[in-house]
Amino acid sequence: MRYSGFKVFTEGLTGNKGWKPAWRDPEPKSEYDIVLIGGGGHGLSTAYYLAKNHGLTKIAVLEKGYIGGGNVGRNTTIVRANYFLPGNSEFYSHSLKLWEGLESELNYNVMHSQRGLINLCHSDGQRDAFARRGNAMINQGDDAILLDREGVRQHLPYLDFDNIRFPVYGGLLHPRGGTARHDAVAWGYARGADMRGVDLIQNCEVTGIDLEAGQVRGVRTSRGVIRAKKVAMVAAGRSGQVAAMAGMRLPIESHILQAFVTEGLKPVIHHVVSFGMGHFYISQSDKGGLVFGGDLDFYSSYAQRGNLPMKEHVMEAAMTLMPMIGKARVLRSWGGVMDMSPDGSPIIDKTHIDGLFVNCGWNYGGFKAVPASGWAYAHLIATGEPHETAKRFRLDRFRTGRGIMDEEGTGSQHNLH
Amino acid sequence: MRLICPHCGERDRREFTYQGAAEILARPSPEVGNDDWADYLHLRENPAGETKDMWYHDPCGAWIVMHRDTVSHAVHGGELASEVRK
Repeated sequence: MRYSGFKVFTEGLTGNKGWKPAWRDPEPKSEYDIVLIGGGGHGLSTAYYLAKNHGLTKIAVLEKGYIGGGNVGRNTTIVRANYFLPGNSEFYSHSLKLWEGLESELNYNVMHSQRGLINLCHSDGQRDAFARRGNAMINQGDDAILLDREGVRQHLPYLDFDNIRFPVYGGLLHPRGGTARHDAVAWGYARGADMRGVDLIQNCEVTGIDLEAGQVRGVRTSRGVIRAKKVAMVAAGRSGQVAAMAGMRLPIESHILQAFVTEGLKPVIHHVVSFGMGHFYISQSDKGGLVFGGDLDFYSSYAQRGNLPMKEHVMEAAMTLMPMIGKARVLRSWGGVMDMSPDGSPIIDKTHIDGLFVNCGWNYGGFKAVPASGWAYAHLIATGEPHETAKRFRLDRFRTGRGIMDEEGTGSQHNLH
Repeated sequence: MRLICPHCGERDRREFTYQGAAEILARPSPEVGNDDWADYLHLRENPAGETKDMWYHDPCGAWIVMHRDTVSHAVHGGELASEVRK
Protein backbone atom coordinates (compact mmCIF):
# COMPACT_ATOMS: atom_id res chain seq x y z
CA MET A 1 0.00 0.00 0.00
CA ARG A 2 1.39 3.34 -1.05
CA TYR A 3 0.97 6.14 1.50
CA SER A 4 -0.11 9.60 0.37
CA GLY A 5 -2.03 12.64 1.53
CA PHE A 6 -4.89 11.53 -0.69
CA LYS A 7 -4.90 8.12 1.00
CA VAL A 8 -5.07 9.72 4.45
CA PHE A 9 -7.96 11.87 3.22
CA THR A 10 -10.00 9.03 1.71
CA GLU A 11 -9.35 6.73 4.65
CA GLY A 12 -10.47 9.52 6.95
CA LEU A 13 -13.78 9.69 5.06
CA THR A 14 -14.30 5.92 5.18
CA GLY A 15 -13.63 5.22 8.83
CA ASN A 16 -9.94 4.31 8.47
CA LYS A 17 -10.90 0.72 7.74
CA GLY A 18 -8.55 0.27 4.80
CA TRP A 19 -5.19 0.44 6.57
CA LYS A 20 -3.18 -2.77 6.57
CA PRO A 21 -0.20 -3.84 8.70
CA ALA A 22 2.94 -2.19 7.35
CA TRP A 23 4.77 -5.52 7.10
CA ARG A 24 3.98 -9.24 7.17
CA ASP A 25 4.70 -11.49 10.16
CA PRO A 26 6.09 -14.56 8.38
CA GLU A 27 7.15 -17.88 9.85
CA PRO A 28 10.88 -18.46 9.44
CA LYS A 29 11.80 -20.67 6.50
CA SER A 30 14.40 -23.41 6.91
CA GLU A 31 16.89 -21.77 4.57
CA TYR A 32 17.86 -18.32 3.28
CA ASP A 33 20.66 -16.89 1.18
CA ILE A 34 21.36 -14.25 3.80
CA VAL A 35 20.43 -14.07 7.46
CA LEU A 36 20.86 -10.77 9.30
CA ILE A 37 21.16 -11.06 13.07
CA GLY A 38 19.49 -7.97 14.47
CA GLY A 39 16.41 -6.10 13.35
CA GLY A 40 17.46 -2.64 14.44
CA GLY A 41 17.95 0.36 12.21
CA HIS A 42 21.16 -0.97 10.68
CA GLY A 43 19.82 -4.49 10.10
CA LEU A 44 16.65 -3.19 8.48
CA SER A 45 18.46 -0.73 6.22
CA THR A 46 20.92 -3.47 5.25
CA ALA A 47 18.02 -5.75 4.30
CA TYR A 48 16.37 -2.94 2.36
CA TYR A 49 19.49 -2.14 0.31
CA LEU A 50 20.31 -5.82 -0.27
CA ALA A 51 16.91 -6.06 -1.93
CA LYS A 52 16.85 -2.65 -3.57
CA ASN A 53 20.45 -2.22 -4.76
CA HIS A 54 21.47 -5.83 -5.29
CA GLY A 55 18.20 -7.53 -6.24
CA LEU A 56 18.47 -10.14 -3.48
CA THR A 57 15.31 -11.35 -1.80
CA LYS A 58 15.95 -14.65 0.02
CA ILE A 59 16.82 -12.69 3.13
CA ALA A 60 15.67 -12.95 6.73
CA VAL A 61 16.12 -10.36 9.46
CA LEU A 62 16.06 -12.09 12.85
CA GLU A 63 15.05 -9.84 15.72
CA LYS A 64 14.94 -11.18 19.28
CA GLY A 65 12.45 -8.53 20.37
CA TYR A 66 10.26 -6.41 18.15
CA ILE A 67 11.05 -4.05 15.27
CA GLY A 68 11.99 -0.63 16.63
CA GLY A 69 12.40 -1.88 20.21
CA GLY A 70 16.17 -1.54 20.49
CA ASN A 71 18.63 1.32 20.26
CA VAL A 72 16.93 2.67 17.11
CA GLY A 73 14.06 3.68 19.38
CA ARG A 74 16.27 4.74 22.26
CA ASN A 75 18.52 7.45 20.82
CA THR A 76 18.29 11.23 20.70
CA THR A 77 17.56 11.30 16.94
CA ILE A 78 20.35 13.60 15.74
CA VAL A 79 21.38 13.46 12.09
CA ARG A 80 24.59 15.23 11.05
CA ALA A 81 27.69 15.00 8.87
CA ASN A 82 30.26 17.07 10.74
CA TYR A 83 33.11 14.58 10.92
CA PHE A 84 36.73 15.46 10.39
CA LEU A 85 38.81 12.38 9.64
CA PRO A 86 39.04 10.68 6.24
CA GLY A 87 37.05 7.48 6.59
CA ASN A 88 34.37 8.97 8.82
CA SER A 89 33.97 12.10 6.72
CA GLU A 90 32.93 10.50 3.42
CA PHE A 91 30.80 7.90 5.18
CA TYR A 92 28.66 10.33 7.16
CA SER A 93 28.47 12.66 4.18
CA HIS A 94 27.00 9.79 2.17
CA SER A 95 24.63 9.03 5.01
CA LEU A 96 23.32 12.59 5.17
CA LYS A 97 22.67 12.56 1.42
CA LEU A 98 20.67 9.36 1.84
CA TRP A 99 18.75 10.96 4.71
CA GLU A 100 17.85 13.89 2.46
CA GLY A 101 16.13 11.56 0.02
CA LEU A 102 14.85 9.05 2.53
CA GLU A 103 11.21 10.03 2.74
CA SER A 104 10.56 9.78 -0.98
CA GLU A 105 12.78 6.69 -1.17
CA LEU A 106 10.79 4.87 1.50
CA ASN A 107 7.40 6.54 0.90
CA TYR A 108 7.41 7.09 4.64
CA ASN A 109 7.44 10.23 6.73
CA VAL A 110 10.58 10.00 8.86
CA MET A 111 10.15 13.64 9.91
CA HIS A 112 13.69 14.52 8.87
CA SER A 113 14.13 18.09 10.01
CA GLN A 114 17.28 19.96 8.92
CA ARG A 115 16.97 22.61 11.56
CA GLY A 116 20.72 23.20 11.85
CA LEU A 117 23.23 22.00 14.40
CA ILE A 118 25.50 24.33 16.36
CA ASN A 119 28.60 23.16 18.22
CA LEU A 120 29.64 25.83 20.70
CA CYS A 121 33.21 26.81 21.46
CA HIS A 122 34.58 28.47 24.57
CA SER A 123 38.23 29.18 23.89
CA ASP A 124 40.52 30.35 21.08
CA GLY A 125 41.95 26.87 20.71
CA GLN A 126 38.54 25.29 20.38
CA ARG A 127 37.54 27.90 17.80
CA ASP A 128 40.65 27.14 15.76
CA ALA A 129 39.83 23.45 15.90
CA PHE A 130 36.28 24.22 14.72
CA ALA A 131 37.61 26.31 11.82
CA ARG A 132 39.69 23.34 10.79
CA ARG A 133 36.78 20.92 11.19
CA GLY A 134 34.53 23.26 9.21
CA ASN A 135 37.07 23.33 6.38
CA ALA A 136 37.20 19.53 6.40
CA MET A 137 33.40 19.42 6.17
CA ILE A 138 33.39 21.90 3.26
CA ASN A 139 36.13 19.95 1.50
CA GLN A 140 33.96 16.88 1.81
CA GLY A 141 31.18 18.78 0.06
CA ASP A 142 29.06 19.39 3.11
CA ASP A 143 28.22 22.67 4.76
CA ALA A 144 29.75 24.50 7.70
CA ILE A 145 29.65 28.11 8.85
CA LEU A 146 31.96 29.43 11.57
CA LEU A 147 29.95 31.77 13.76
CA ASP A 148 31.43 34.40 16.02
CA ARG A 149 29.86 35.29 19.34
CA GLU A 150 27.32 37.66 17.79
CA GLY A 151 26.55 35.11 15.12
CA VAL A 152 25.71 32.56 17.78
CA ARG A 153 23.61 35.16 19.60
CA GLN A 154 21.42 35.62 16.53
CA HIS A 155 20.58 31.93 16.55
CA LEU A 156 20.65 31.16 20.27
CA PRO A 157 19.90 34.37 22.19
CA TYR A 158 18.99 32.43 25.31
CA LEU A 159 22.48 31.09 26.14
CA ASP A 160 24.47 32.32 29.12
CA PHE A 161 27.09 34.05 26.95
CA ASP A 162 29.11 35.40 29.86
CA ASN A 163 29.32 32.30 31.96
CA ILE A 164 32.50 32.67 34.01
CA ARG A 165 33.89 29.20 33.29
CA PHE A 166 32.58 28.72 29.74
CA PRO A 167 31.93 32.09 28.01
CA VAL A 168 30.59 31.56 24.48
CA TYR A 169 33.29 32.43 21.93
CA GLY A 170 31.42 31.23 18.88
CA GLY A 171 30.19 28.10 17.23
CA LEU A 172 30.26 25.90 14.18
CA LEU A 173 26.91 25.86 12.39
CA HIS A 174 26.08 22.82 10.27
CA PRO A 175 22.88 23.97 8.53
CA ARG A 176 22.01 20.54 7.09
CA GLY A 177 22.24 18.89 10.51
CA GLY A 178 19.08 18.19 12.43
CA THR A 179 16.86 15.43 13.72
CA ALA A 180 14.50 12.72 12.50
CA ARG A 181 11.77 10.58 13.97
CA HIS A 182 13.74 7.53 15.11
CA ASP A 183 10.89 4.99 15.21
CA ALA A 184 9.75 6.01 11.76
CA VAL A 185 13.19 5.25 10.32
CA ALA A 186 12.96 1.68 11.61
CA TRP A 187 9.37 1.33 10.43
CA GLY A 188 10.06 2.86 7.03
CA TYR A 189 12.99 0.56 6.30
CA ALA A 190 11.09 -2.44 7.70
CA ARG A 191 8.14 -1.74 5.43
CA GLY A 192 10.41 -1.14 2.43
CA ALA A 193 12.36 -4.36 3.00
CA ASP A 194 9.18 -6.37 3.56
CA MET A 195 7.64 -5.02 0.34
CA ARG A 196 10.70 -6.28 -1.53
CA GLY A 197 10.29 -9.79 -0.14
CA VAL A 198 12.55 -9.76 2.92
CA ASP A 199 11.21 -11.84 5.84
CA LEU A 200 11.24 -9.83 9.06
CA ILE A 201 11.08 -12.38 11.87
CA GLN A 202 10.41 -10.92 15.28
CA ASN A 203 10.64 -12.67 18.67
CA CYS A 204 13.34 -14.85 17.17
CA GLU A 205 16.51 -14.93 19.23
CA VAL A 206 19.65 -16.35 17.69
CA THR A 207 21.16 -18.86 20.13
CA GLY A 208 24.01 -20.21 18.05
CA ILE A 209 25.94 -19.75 14.82
CA ASP A 210 26.74 -22.98 12.97
CA LEU A 211 30.19 -23.21 11.47
CA GLU A 212 31.75 -25.99 9.43
CA ALA A 213 35.34 -26.02 8.22
CA GLY A 214 35.79 -22.30 8.58
CA GLN A 215 32.54 -21.56 6.77
CA VAL A 216 29.22 -20.36 8.14
CA ARG A 217 26.28 -22.75 7.65
CA GLY A 218 23.44 -21.01 9.40
CA VAL A 219 22.05 -20.12 12.80
CA ARG A 220 20.14 -21.77 15.60
CA THR A 221 17.29 -19.71 16.95
CA SER A 222 14.50 -19.80 19.48
CA ARG A 223 12.26 -20.64 16.51
CA GLY A 224 14.37 -23.43 15.02
CA VAL A 225 17.43 -23.97 12.88
CA ILE A 226 17.86 -21.72 9.85
CA ARG A 227 20.47 -22.53 7.22
CA ALA A 228 22.10 -19.66 5.38
CA LYS A 229 24.87 -19.10 2.87
CA LYS A 230 25.79 -15.83 4.51
CA VAL A 231 25.22 -14.61 8.06
CA ALA A 232 25.62 -10.95 8.92
CA MET A 233 25.87 -9.81 12.53
CA VAL A 234 24.40 -6.36 13.08
CA ALA A 235 23.48 -6.27 16.75
CA ALA A 236 25.23 -3.19 18.13
CA GLY A 237 24.74 -3.12 21.89
CA ARG A 238 24.93 -6.90 22.00
CA SER A 239 27.69 -7.43 19.44
CA GLY A 240 29.93 -9.24 21.90
CA GLN A 241 27.36 -11.90 22.76
CA VAL A 242 26.51 -12.53 19.10
CA ALA A 243 30.17 -12.74 18.04
CA ALA A 244 30.90 -15.10 20.93
CA MET A 245 28.54 -17.63 19.28
CA ALA A 246 31.04 -17.76 16.43
CA GLY A 247 33.94 -18.05 18.86
CA MET A 248 35.01 -14.46 18.27
CA ARG A 249 35.99 -11.73 20.65
CA LEU A 250 35.53 -8.16 19.43
CA PRO A 251 37.34 -4.93 20.25
CA ILE A 252 34.18 -3.68 21.93
CA GLU A 253 33.16 -2.68 25.44
CA SER A 254 29.49 -1.98 26.12
CA HIS A 255 28.81 1.24 27.96
CA ILE A 256 25.73 3.09 29.08
CA LEU A 257 24.67 6.44 27.64
CA GLN A 258 21.77 8.25 29.27
CA ALA A 259 19.19 10.51 27.69
CA PHE A 260 16.43 12.68 29.09
CA VAL A 261 13.21 14.28 27.94
CA THR A 262 11.14 17.00 29.58
CA GLU A 263 7.44 17.68 29.53
CA GLY A 264 6.16 19.23 26.31
CA LEU A 265 6.86 22.95 25.96
CA LYS A 266 6.11 25.56 23.34
CA PRO A 267 8.82 25.89 20.67
CA VAL A 268 11.88 27.35 22.36
CA ILE A 269 14.97 25.56 21.03
CA HIS A 270 15.01 25.65 17.26
CA HIS A 271 18.35 23.93 16.58
CA VAL A 272 20.40 21.05 17.80
CA VAL A 273 22.84 22.64 20.24
CA SER A 274 25.90 20.87 21.52
CA PHE A 275 28.05 22.05 24.40
CA GLY A 276 31.12 19.88 24.12
CA MET A 277 32.96 21.37 27.08
CA GLY A 278 30.13 20.33 29.38
CA HIS A 279 29.26 17.14 27.54
CA PHE A 280 25.72 18.27 26.93
CA TYR A 281 23.52 18.48 23.85
CA ILE A 282 19.88 19.31 23.34
CA SER A 283 17.11 19.63 20.80
CA GLN A 284 13.35 19.99 21.00
CA SER A 285 11.08 17.32 19.58
CA ASP A 286 8.10 18.17 17.42
CA LYS A 287 5.93 17.13 20.36
CA GLY A 288 7.62 19.84 22.43
CA GLY A 289 9.78 17.84 24.80
CA LEU A 290 13.36 18.94 25.28
CA VAL A 291 15.50 15.94 24.37
CA PHE A 292 18.97 16.06 25.84
CA GLY A 293 21.88 14.00 27.00
CA GLY A 294 25.48 14.01 28.05
CA ASP A 295 28.44 11.72 28.19
CA LEU A 296 28.75 8.04 28.97
CA ASP A 297 28.45 6.89 32.57
CA PHE A 298 31.92 5.42 31.92
CA TYR A 299 31.68 1.85 33.12
CA SER A 300 30.64 -1.21 31.19
CA SER A 301 26.94 -1.93 31.50
CA TYR A 302 23.98 -3.56 29.79
CA ALA A 303 21.45 -2.23 32.30
CA GLN A 304 19.78 0.28 29.94
CA ARG A 305 19.63 2.70 32.83
CA GLY A 306 22.34 4.86 34.32
CA ASN A 307 23.31 6.16 37.70
CA LEU A 308 22.64 9.45 39.43
CA PRO A 309 26.09 11.12 39.16
CA MET A 310 25.83 11.46 35.38
CA LYS A 311 22.24 12.71 35.64
CA GLU A 312 23.45 15.39 38.02
CA HIS A 313 26.31 16.30 35.70
CA VAL A 314 24.02 16.64 32.68
CA MET A 315 21.56 18.84 34.60
CA GLU A 316 24.43 21.02 35.82
CA ALA A 317 25.73 21.39 32.26
CA ALA A 318 22.24 22.34 31.08
CA MET A 319 21.98 25.03 33.73
CA THR A 320 25.46 26.31 32.91
CA LEU A 321 24.63 26.74 29.24
CA MET A 322 20.96 27.71 29.18
CA PRO A 323 19.58 28.63 32.60
CA MET A 324 16.18 29.34 31.02
CA ILE A 325 15.31 25.64 30.92
CA GLY A 326 15.78 25.25 34.67
CA LYS A 327 12.09 25.16 35.40
CA ALA A 328 11.26 22.53 32.79
CA ARG A 329 10.37 19.26 34.47
CA VAL A 330 12.13 16.10 33.36
CA LEU A 331 9.54 13.58 32.28
CA ARG A 332 11.71 10.51 31.91
CA SER A 333 15.24 9.27 31.42
CA TRP A 334 16.68 6.09 30.04
CA GLY A 335 19.92 4.50 28.98
CA GLY A 336 21.12 2.86 25.81
CA VAL A 337 23.80 0.20 25.49
CA MET A 338 26.66 1.54 23.37
CA ASP A 339 29.14 -0.60 21.46
CA MET A 340 32.31 1.31 22.29
CA SER A 341 35.33 0.60 20.09
CA PRO A 342 38.87 1.61 21.12
CA ASP A 343 39.11 4.51 18.62
CA GLY A 344 35.47 5.57 18.74
CA SER A 345 34.77 4.61 15.11
CA PRO A 346 32.66 1.72 13.78
CA ILE A 347 33.43 -1.59 12.09
CA ILE A 348 31.86 -2.93 8.88
CA ASP A 349 33.90 -5.87 7.65
CA LYS A 350 34.23 -9.54 6.86
CA THR A 351 35.40 -11.88 9.60
CA HIS A 352 37.97 -14.68 9.38
CA ILE A 353 35.03 -17.08 8.87
CA ASP A 354 33.79 -17.44 5.27
CA GLY A 355 30.30 -15.99 4.87
CA LEU A 356 30.22 -14.33 8.29
CA PHE A 357 30.16 -10.53 8.38
CA VAL A 358 30.31 -8.04 11.22
CA ASN A 359 28.79 -4.59 11.65
CA CYS A 360 29.35 -3.14 15.13
CA GLY A 361 31.09 -0.48 17.20
CA TRP A 362 28.74 2.41 16.53
CA ASN A 363 29.66 4.04 19.81
CA TYR A 364 27.15 6.82 20.47
CA GLY A 365 26.66 7.73 16.81
CA GLY A 366 24.71 4.90 15.25
CA PHE A 367 21.41 6.58 14.47
CA LYS A 368 22.58 9.05 11.83
CA ALA A 369 24.58 6.22 10.23
CA VAL A 370 21.54 3.99 9.64
CA PRO A 371 21.14 4.66 5.89
CA ALA A 372 24.83 4.59 4.91
CA SER A 373 25.64 1.68 7.19
CA GLY A 374 22.93 -0.41 5.55
CA TRP A 375 24.06 0.72 2.10
CA ALA A 376 27.72 -0.17 2.75
CA TYR A 377 26.99 -3.40 4.64
CA ALA A 378 24.65 -4.59 1.88
CA HIS A 379 27.38 -3.87 -0.66
CA LEU A 380 29.92 -5.84 1.36
CA ILE A 381 27.58 -8.81 1.88
CA ALA A 382 26.42 -8.90 -1.75
CA THR A 383 29.74 -8.31 -3.52
CA GLY A 384 32.34 -9.38 -0.97
CA GLU A 385 34.08 -6.03 -1.39
CA PRO A 386 33.86 -3.08 1.00
CA HIS A 387 31.88 -0.08 -0.24
CA GLU A 388 34.09 2.90 -1.01
CA THR A 389 32.52 5.02 1.73
CA ALA A 390 33.17 2.41 4.42
CA LYS A 391 36.40 0.75 3.37
CA ARG A 392 38.27 2.16 6.34
CA PHE A 393 35.91 0.61 8.90
CA ARG A 394 38.16 -2.42 9.15
CA LEU A 395 38.03 -4.96 11.94
CA ASP A 396 41.82 -5.45 11.88
CA ARG A 397 42.83 -1.80 12.25
CA PHE A 398 43.52 -2.22 15.96
CA ARG A 399 45.73 -5.24 15.31
CA THR A 400 47.72 -3.60 12.53
CA GLY A 401 47.61 -0.03 13.82
CA ARG A 402 46.82 1.16 10.29
CA GLY A 403 43.82 3.40 9.75
CA ILE A 404 42.89 4.14 13.35
CA MET A 405 40.13 6.77 13.28
CA ASP A 406 40.31 8.57 16.60
CA GLU A 407 37.96 11.45 15.86
CA GLU A 408 38.20 12.91 19.37
CA GLY A 409 41.98 12.70 19.49
CA THR A 410 41.95 11.09 22.93
CA GLY A 411 43.86 7.93 22.04
CA SER A 412 42.98 4.53 20.69
CA GLN A 413 42.31 2.35 23.68
CA HIS A 414 39.26 1.22 25.59
CA ASN A 415 37.64 3.60 28.01
CA LEU A 416 38.84 6.79 26.33
CA HIS A 417 35.81 7.56 24.14
CA MET B 1 25.62 1.99 42.21
CA ARG B 2 27.90 2.06 45.25
CA LEU B 3 31.28 0.40 44.88
CA ILE B 4 33.29 -1.49 47.45
CA CYS B 5 36.86 -0.61 48.40
CA PRO B 6 38.74 -3.26 50.43
CA HIS B 7 40.20 -0.49 52.59
CA CYS B 8 37.31 1.92 52.92
CA GLY B 9 34.18 -0.20 52.45
CA GLU B 10 31.12 0.78 50.41
CA ARG B 11 31.61 4.19 48.82
CA ASP B 12 29.97 6.57 46.35
CA ARG B 13 30.63 5.81 42.68
CA ARG B 14 32.02 9.33 42.21
CA GLU B 15 35.04 8.48 44.36
CA PHE B 16 36.19 5.96 41.74
CA THR B 17 37.78 6.14 38.29
CA TYR B 18 37.02 3.33 35.85
CA GLN B 19 39.74 1.63 33.85
CA GLY B 20 37.97 -1.21 32.02
CA ALA B 21 37.91 -4.99 32.17
CA ALA B 22 40.22 -6.77 34.61
CA GLU B 23 41.51 -8.73 31.61
CA ILE B 24 44.26 -6.09 31.51
CA LEU B 25 45.87 -7.73 34.55
CA ALA B 26 46.73 -10.79 32.42
CA ARG B 27 49.56 -8.97 30.68
CA PRO B 28 51.38 -11.27 28.24
CA SER B 29 55.14 -11.58 28.23
CA PRO B 30 57.00 -9.41 25.71
CA GLU B 31 58.02 -12.51 23.73
CA VAL B 32 54.56 -13.75 22.74
CA GLY B 33 54.39 -11.67 19.57
CA ASN B 34 52.25 -8.94 18.08
CA ASP B 35 49.02 -10.90 17.63
CA ASP B 36 48.71 -11.89 21.27
CA TRP B 37 49.58 -8.36 22.31
CA ALA B 38 46.98 -6.88 19.94
CA ASP B 39 44.37 -9.26 21.37
CA TYR B 40 45.36 -8.33 24.92
CA LEU B 41 45.11 -4.61 24.23
CA HIS B 42 41.88 -4.54 22.23
CA LEU B 43 39.69 -7.66 22.42
CA ARG B 44 37.27 -8.00 25.31
CA GLU B 45 34.93 -10.65 26.72
CA ASN B 46 32.48 -7.84 27.44
CA PRO B 47 30.12 -10.01 29.49
CA ALA B 48 26.43 -9.27 30.06
CA GLY B 49 26.16 -10.32 33.69
CA GLU B 50 28.94 -11.08 36.15
CA THR B 51 32.13 -9.19 35.40
CA LYS B 52 35.40 -8.17 36.98
CA ASP B 53 36.72 -4.75 36.17
CA MET B 54 39.31 -2.27 37.33
CA TRP B 55 38.49 0.76 39.44
CA TYR B 56 40.82 3.24 41.09
CA HIS B 57 39.66 4.58 44.45
CA ASP B 58 40.76 8.20 44.30
CA PRO B 59 40.74 8.99 48.05
CA CYS B 60 42.86 6.02 49.18
CA GLY B 61 44.77 5.30 45.97
CA ALA B 62 43.89 1.61 45.74
CA TRP B 63 43.53 -0.23 42.43
CA ILE B 64 40.58 -2.56 42.87
CA VAL B 65 39.24 -5.53 40.92
CA MET B 66 35.49 -5.03 41.37
CA HIS B 67 33.13 -8.01 41.19
CA ARG B 68 29.86 -6.71 39.84
CA ASP B 69 26.98 -7.37 37.47
CA THR B 70 26.72 -5.38 34.23
CA VAL B 71 22.99 -6.07 33.85
CA SER B 72 21.70 -5.41 37.39
CA HIS B 73 24.48 -3.03 38.56
CA ALA B 74 24.81 -5.16 41.72
CA VAL B 75 28.27 -4.85 43.31
CA HIS B 76 29.46 -7.99 45.11
CA GLY B 77 32.85 -6.93 46.38
CA GLY B 78 36.31 -5.73 45.53
CA GLU B 79 39.81 -7.13 45.87
CA LEU B 80 43.06 -5.24 45.71
CA ALA B 81 44.60 -5.59 42.26
CA SER B 82 47.97 -6.14 43.91
CA GLU B 83 46.55 -9.25 45.64
CA VAL B 84 44.91 -10.54 42.44
CA ARG B 85 48.15 -10.30 40.46
CA LYS B 86 50.16 -12.35 43.02
